[in-house]
Amino acid sequence: MTYLAKPKFHHPGLPKNTLGYTHRDYEGAVSTLCAGCGHDSITASIIQACFELAIEPHKVAKISGIGCSSKTPTYFLGNSHGFNSVHGRMPSVLTGANLANRDLIYLGVSGDGDSASIGLGQFAHCLRRGVNMVYIVENNGVYGLTKGQFSATADRGSKSKRGVINTDNSIDLVAMALQLGATFVARSFSGDKQQLVPIIKAAIAHQGAAFIDVISPCVAFNNHAGSTKSFDFVREHNEAVNRLDFMSSRMPIEVKQDPGTVEIVEQHDGSRLALRKLAADYDVHDRTAALGFLQQHAAKGQIVTGLLYVDDEPEDLHAHLRTTDAPLNTLSEKQLCPGQAALDKINASLR
Amino acid sequence: MPTATPLSRVNDFVIRFANVNGSGSASANEMFARAIMRMGVPVAPRNIFPSNIQGLPTWYEVRISEEGHMGARGGTDFMVAMNPQTFDKDIAAIEPGGYLFYDSTKPLPKAKFREDITVIGVPLTAICNREYTDARQRQLFKNIIYVGALTALLDMDVKVVEQLIGEQYKGKDRLIEPNVKALHIGRDYVTLNLEHPIGLRVRKADKVGNRIFVEGNSAAALGAVYGGATVCAWYPITPSSSVAEAFTRHCAKLRVDTETGKAKYAIVQAEDELASIGMVIGAGWNGARSFTATSGPGISLMQEFIGLAYFAEIPGVLINVQRAGPSTGMPTRTQQCDLISCAYASHGDTKHVLLLPEDPTESFEFSAQAFDLADRLQTPIFVMLDLDIGMNHHLCRPFAWDDARVYDRGKVMTAEELEAGKDFGRYLDVDGDGIPFRTYPGTHPTRGAFFTRGTSRDRYARYTEEGAPYVDNMQRLLRKFDTSKDLVPRPLIAHSAKPTKYGVIYFGSTSPSMDEAIAMIEAKGHALDRMRVRAFPFHSSVNSFVADHDFVFVVEQNRDGQMRSIIVNECGIDPVRLVPILHYDGTPITARFIAQAIGDHLDALKVTPLRVVS
Repeated sequence: MTYLAKPKFHHPGLPKNTLGYTHRDYEGAVSTLCAGCGHDSITASIIQACFELAIEPHKVAKISGIGCSSKTPTYFLGNSHGFNSVHGRMPSVLTGANLANRDLIYLGVSGDGDSASIGLGQFAHCLRRGVNMVYIVENNGVYGLTKGQFSATADRGSKSKRGVINTDNSIDLVAMALQLGATFVARSFSGDKQQLVPIIKAAIAHQGAAFIDVISPCVAFNNHAGSTKSFDFVREHNEAVNRLDFMSSRMPIEVKQDPGTVEIVEQHDGSRLALRKLAADYDVHDRTAALGFLQQHAAKGQIVTGLLYVDDEPEDLHAHLRTTDAPLNTLSEKQLCPGQAALDKINASLR
Repeated sequence: MPTATPLSRVNDFVIRFANVNGSGSASANEMFARAIMRMGVPVAPRNIFPSNIQGLPTWYEVRISEEGHMGARGGTDFMVAMNPQTFDKDIAAIEPGGYLFYDSTKPLPKAKFREDITVIGVPLTAICNREYTDARQRQLFKNIIYVGALTALLDMDVKVVEQLIGEQYKGKDRLIEPNVKALHIGRDYVTLNLEHPIGLRVRKADKVGNRIFVEGNSAAALGAVYGGATVCAWYPITPSSSVAEAFTRHCAKLRVDTETGKAKYAIVQAEDELASIGMVIGAGWNGARSFTATSGPGISLMQEFIGLAYFAEIPGVLINVQRAGPSTGMPTRTQQCDLISCAYASHGDTKHVLLLPEDPTESFEFSAQAFDLADRLQTPIFVMLDLDIGMNHHLCRPFAWDDARVYDRGKVMTAEELEAGKDFGRYLDVDGDGIPFRTYPGTHPTRGAFFTRGTSRDRYARYTEEGAPYVDNMQRLLRKFDTSKDLVPRPLIAHSAKPTKYGVIYFGSTSPSMDEAIAMIEAKGHALDRMRVRAFPFHSSVNSFVADHDFVFVVEQNRDGQMRSIIVNECGIDPVRLVPILHYDGTPITARFIAQAIGDHLDALKVTPLRVVS
């Protein structure tokens, strides 16, 4: 029903968050993606996460590249500025935007074509720089907008809708993110909102480079038997290492699970993550072990999901550059222009 | 070989140093040039260097001109031939009656020299071997020793050089004494053993005034500091790397908060030019003044993003230090060859604003102004330097800044205006100048947010692929481009003393040679009106200048006459009326070349006047 305008009306009894906003204040335009698209579930999770975190709806900058996934920022946070940039280049645009104003939340939305093929370089470099952002890849293993070509995250041996077998090795963006120094790395599944929403919330609270790979089946081109990114395949092969509860710094800790299986992770901003551990031997603070764990399970055909790595004390690009606390875009000529007096000295030094 | 009277000139000659790169000669040569400037004599040095770190030939040319001719002249009157690899070629390049200075440690056969030049041998290697034991010292001091020898040969004030050594090694004081000593070793050798001074001499004058001696890249970077740039993203590329490096240095001195020690700037060395321009655009979209510095190959890589910034209307500044193309071309040689690739950068219908400074001072001014223009016009602005301006020291007007100057941040709708209910349409032409209002991200909780995209949109930034709103938007972009014509630096016109039907258009680093060439052309009895174009799009005076003359020479440093093509294209001028004068071998254009090329045309016209059919 994408040709119908979204009604502005909403029920007066809709729950409000601590800022007084309802869920509807975090929505965007009606999605134009295919009915049942995994990306729409991610959109819903983003809306849910922002509502629950009580973020001011205009304090997010949504930045994307090109592709089905990159269209989604239109469908959430309609009161936030969005930037649908060029293919594979979301990371650089986001980096520049972040440098200009450190006070906004930067949500980068990309896809597997956008990040693992044309934009692999920018994906890598923005993670190495530690840009404070949430970088979500909506990963379906296929080029949807151009009708079904394999992407670089398609597993070797998986079958396209037309029956072609992929012979290229796949790129695991999660493994790369770990290797490149991202300080928050998670994988989830668009069909598992219970897992995804807290991960997004925790990533937003994280003051560094947070990367989330979300397997998001393409109902039009990659949801058939033989695909390793279909709903059925992912459900059957999903190996969750943990389940997350996110508590902002203002909320008391309430975890009603068996304490032996819960690990509390305190983030730098005071928020806490309660990890309900599903794999007893999994340590979210061990980058090297995480890489090994991923590869061992990949070899068994399992898709590991959950929060895979977090650095509780991340340092971001602004810390590296020692930039002022005031956002650079707020500085005026008084703060920026050294004036004629300084120029007189410079002139004198050049004679 | 013919003989020639040895050249005899005061404060008017060209000396060229032929060295091997990586030998430490650059700082000694620069010191020599500075010494002449300190003696009050205008000087124009030029580095001719390879794309290499060590071992290849490099030249440093110093033009000394009390008259103030600062363009490259062509020809060498005095050759300091320190590179055996290029020795024969260097000797061949000396003007008849000129001088050769060489290391005479090893005797060379007479056939190596020319009879029409004066040969001056100083056994530099022997002297160094006698004085120093360390191999590196032998090499480094050799450079200072030849500078010392030159002070005696050219009758220079040695005190000035001593003072420069003191300034250069300030803080590393233990280096001063041995350098001064080396200077005098060279000077004393000449005084004791050779006829001196020679016919070429430097005499104290008072012709430098308050001018400064600076490289264009450093000046452009300083302009970015003064213009309020806070974000710089760049990727190393010759000859523009020193723009970002200078910006880093300037910012460390001028832009660190004295209380907190924190930086009022962010500089990122990106992974490539695509990321550089992406960051510039992201920062510009988010309300910071941002820029990148690059050269031709970088511009090629940035094409897609430049189109996005044009179409989505995002401010940004690109400092393009042009080098000889195409492809990798001659990375360390100068050209004005990116005019078309910048003016019409990216796919689809695009047009961009170019600023064309003539020297470092204008590079400073235009670079600062570019940030106002970018914000006002919400579009990328190109500041077009070239290697000659960017990487050579030029003697030019001192930098000046009006402390009352306020940055023009352009049309930005504020939270208060949105709250008051002012209608916001991102692409609404409310003032009829083609420039819409924008909002910065995060301004207002419920108003003023919009989606920025490279796809077509209506006046309220809503996606559309319908023809009418697309055309409406493209027409508005043209109106905006028209608006820019009155905002960019205007062309400067100089009329000939005599009325003339002929004119010349030139721009950028051609300027000093053009000034000199005009004098030479007029000395031959011709008259020529001049227009120095300082920006694209062209002010209406460009059309009228061409209209007012039977024909106009267009002097530029590229093969295809790019400026001429753009004038023809944008002003709808009959190409016959624009005569291309093209110099593109990678060396800076010279007055001799211009005067010859234009003079030949005008001489021919005297015989058969051209009839222009309109």
